[in-house]
Amino acid sequence: MSEPIIICRDVHKWYGQFHALRGIDMEVQKGEVVVIFGPSGSGKSTFIRCINRLEEHQRGTIIVDGIELSHDVRNIAAIRREVGMVFQQFNLFPHLTVMQNITLGPIYVRKWNKDKAEEIAMQLLERVGIPEQAHKYPGQLSGGQQQRVAIARALAMQPKIMLFDEPTSALDPEMIKEVLDVMEELAESGMTMMVVTHEMGFARAVADTMYFFDEGQVVESGTPEQIFEHPQEDRTKLFLSQILQH
Amino acid sequence: MTTNTSEHGAVPFWRDERYIQIIAQVIVVAALVALFYWLIHNLLTGLAALGIPLSFRFLGIEAQFDIGETLIEYSRNSTYAQAILVGLLNTIKVSFIGIIFATIVGVIVGIARLSRNWLVSRIAAVYVQVLRNIPLLVFLIFLSTTVFHKLPRVQQALALGKMAFLTNRGIYTVWPVPAEGWNVYKWLLLGSFVIGVLVAIYFYRQGLRTGRMPLYWLWGFLTFLALSIIAWFVAPGAPLALDYPYLAGRNFKGGQSLTPEFMAILSGLVIYTSAFIAEVVRAGIQAVSKGQREAATAVGLTSFQTMRLVIFPQAMRVIIPPLTSQYLNLTKNSSLAIAVGYPDLFAVGSTIINQSGRAVEVILITMAVYLTFSLLTSLFMNWYNRHTRLVER
Ligand SMILES: Nc1ncnc2c1ncn2[C@@H]1O[C@H](COP(=O)(O)OP(=O)(O)OP(=O)(O)O)[C@@H](O)[C@H]1O
Ligand SMILES: [Mg+2]
Repeated sequence: MSEPIIICRDVHKWYGQFHALRGIDMEVQKGEVVVIFGPSGSGKSTFIRCINRLEEHQRGTIIVDGIELSHDVRNIAAIRREVGMVFQQFNLFPHLTVMQNITLGPIYVRKWNKDKAEEIAMQLLERVGIPEQAHKYPGQLSGGQQQRVAIARALAMQPKIMLFDEPTSALDPEMIKEVLDVMEELAESGMTMMVVTHEMGFARAVADTMYFFDEGQVVESGTPEQIFEHPQEDRTKLFLSQILQH
Repeated sequence: MTTNTSEHGAVPFWRDERYIQIIAQVIVVAALVALFYWLIHNLLTGLAALGIPLSFRFLGIEAQFDIGETLIEYSRNSTYAQAILVGLLNTIKVSFIGIIFATIVGVIVGIARLSRNWLVSRIAAVYVQVLRNIPLLVFLIFLSTTVFHKLPRVQQALALGKMAFLTNRGIYTVWPVPAEGWNVYKWLLLGSFVIGVLVAIYFYRQGLRTGRMPLYWLWGFLTFLALSIIAWFVAPGAPLALDYPYLAGRNFKGGQSLTPEFMAILSGLVIYTSAFIAEVVRAGIQAVSKGQREAATAVGLTSFQTMRLVIFPQAMRVIIPPLTSQYLNLTKNSSLAIAVGYPDLFAVGSTIINQSGRAVEVILITMAVYLTFSLLTSLFMNWYNRHTRLVER
């Protein structure tokens, strides 16, 4: 853990007049697991979506794996190949089978041949625990299964970094664990991960660093131990007391 | 257990949902049959009382009227049946050409409405709003009286170079006709087409094997295009010549002529229907959630790939059913041709009714034709929906 794979310096983002990100600084090391949490509307999604350019930041620098995010479309494409993303709403392609969902990127972007792509897709489906669902359509799966397919789809591109935006928020309680287990296993395998979540059990067990966002700024950051046991800021304490009550 | 079954059996049939459903359907069918029997019986006895029993024998009688434009051989001495066929073919002609142009215009306007360019999307929105709020009949009469019949007289024809002449008697445009090289060229053209198809099949097969489907139809088409251009120069003598319209006495000769009636009904149907098609296209594209585009982007697909592999296939499911019903609407609306004097099925039918008095028979034939169009459309739609339905739990 010495070379940063993501470097963000003074990142700002406006939606029209609204200042959504107000100078975010962050460095993520290779293999590090970062958990971002904070109240609704604090800019967590906006920030994580800037990392793979689903949103465009307007000031500051973002460097991913040595490539700076600029208006250069080559850089953007290169970064998107290195960064996988998992969404709250899964966003699987409903007209394609699970297998086709997973192999679409490898075949069209990585230009692998079909056999290789399918072989790797099968391995990934086994890794997330649903190899028997390969030829079903997303609409036939449970929410937890869909999210695991979405993780497999992102992993199929062999990314160096995985972004998760509230991956369990749309799931029923009994399905949350199956997704978190997959994520935990992924973290143990050394994947660099940036996770927006309010699953504090997961954060405590898996995160290396936690960032508390509020009003577009990082209010406080530190190891889970520091954040949970010795939070420095009043806003952090208040927020933690609210979410840990439940 | 036993009490349960006996209780089960004890439900009287008028409270058993299975029987209720069957009984309801039987009642509806019986009522419909009775209604139709009564209507038809009334009609037949009424006609018999008037001394004109239902009969289609009049179809063999000579029509004794002229039709302005026909796709098949037709004269005053042709039969009523042939007149109806002329009308039917004219309906099919204007509907077919209309559907093609309405689709092209509609797709362009629909996509323009989603444009990020403010001016483009506003213009498209105004186009759609204005046209959807004009009654089609009013629009057709407007086009006919203020546009196509207000063009200059033949002698003062509005000329677009030598290519086209616009007059109140019709529009005359240059048209390609076979020349001395055509006999050879048509075989070369056929050969190019076959090779184009083979190339498309080859790319399609390759797509199936690699999982990365090339734009096989595009490659096939480009091959066909390239070969047919090469063949043009290889063929001895020019295969096609341009037939220019020219003024011969009091009218134009040569080229292709389009009557003002046809232009009025065609442009009216195209412009009007394209506004509805634009809405269908826009709704279809918007129905695909933003998350789909984001997920495709995050996987690294380019925006063209995203459109082709993710957005378009999903939008098509939403677009095709209302689109086919717009096609059907256009076909049915073509019966307004009578208002601008274009001899479609309904216009010809009206003339026949006036002349022969066979109103019931002619209306029955006309309705049967439009009903056939409708049934074919819904058959297609059912087939399409079955084949593209999203699989769900
Ligand atoms: N496309 C947009 N246009 C305008 N404002 C936006 C847009 N997207 C987000 N915002 C605003 O930016 C702020 C940050 O939004 P963001 O989605 O990043 O919050 P979040 O921390 O992810 O919240 P949540 O926990 O509810 O997901 C919010 O106030 C939101 O209203
Ligand atoms: Mg969010």
